[in-house]
Amino acid sequence: MKTTEKIMKTTFHKDVANNKMSITREFAGTLADVWKSWTDPKVLDQWWAPKPWKAQTKSMDFRDGGRWVYAMVGPEGEKHWALAEYSKIVPQKSFEVLDAFGDEDGNINNDFPRAKWKIVFKSVAVGTLVEIDVTYNSKEEMEKMVEMGFKEGFSMAHENLDELLAAKK
Amino acid sequence: MLIASQAMTPNALADHFDSSRQAVSKHIKILTECKLVKQEQTGREIYYHFNPQKMKEVDRWLEPFRALWEGRFSNLDVVLRNLKNKKKKS
Repeated sequence: MKTTEKIMKTTFHKDVANNKMSITREFAGTLADVWKSWTDPKVLDQWWAPKPWKAQTKSMDFRDGGRWVYAMVGPEGEKHWALAEYSKIVPQKSFEVLDAFGDEDGNINNDFPRAKWKIVFKSVAVGTLVEIDVTYNSKEEMEKMVEMGFKEGFSMAHENLDELLAAKK
Repeated sequence: MLIASQAMTPNALADHFDSSRQAVSKHIKILTECKLVKQEQTGREIYYHFNPQKMKEVDRWLEPFRALWEGRFSNLDVVLRNLKNKKKKS
């Protein structure tokens, strides 16, 4: 049986006054599956990095105060280490994350701004709605990250987007 | 975008898009809040101008985030489909 595939729209909203980016997206999956996708490293590694990059978890301890240490691995095998610190976990509802760049051993590189993420999961008709708020400490920090995004290219993401757009046609 | 070429009043926009003045006003309100359009009062009429500089800024801000997240989310769509199919089989 072929299920009708609805194209899920992602909404982006920039709240300059609060140094905040908000993203919402619906997924055709149960709340349990979507929650698992965000909180089980085996599943998270399958989607967190935009193609052709891959996410590779070194360690993950999904509980309040716990950490996720992972690398974004590029097509040439280059690794960018990052980590996330979890808090305010309410199972199948929401959790918060403080992100950071760092090294393989989980040491934080303080040259880069850190953002606070709040991720909320809700059951809806099509499946699950995910709301993400990414908040920076200041406008300067937010701008710095945007600049970086350009320099690093996120060409990885663009490639993926092209693919996505082609598939939609 | 029509007002990119000329400033227009809400009534003229509503006529052009064959939609209600109310609907147009709502759109304009959002665009004005984001400073994507500027308003200018001339006598009794309010004219709306497109603000290309702001439009560029918004794109610049959003583009890397958008690309990154769209990429992630399309991966996640596939992952979720696989999770669902696996359950059906077992």
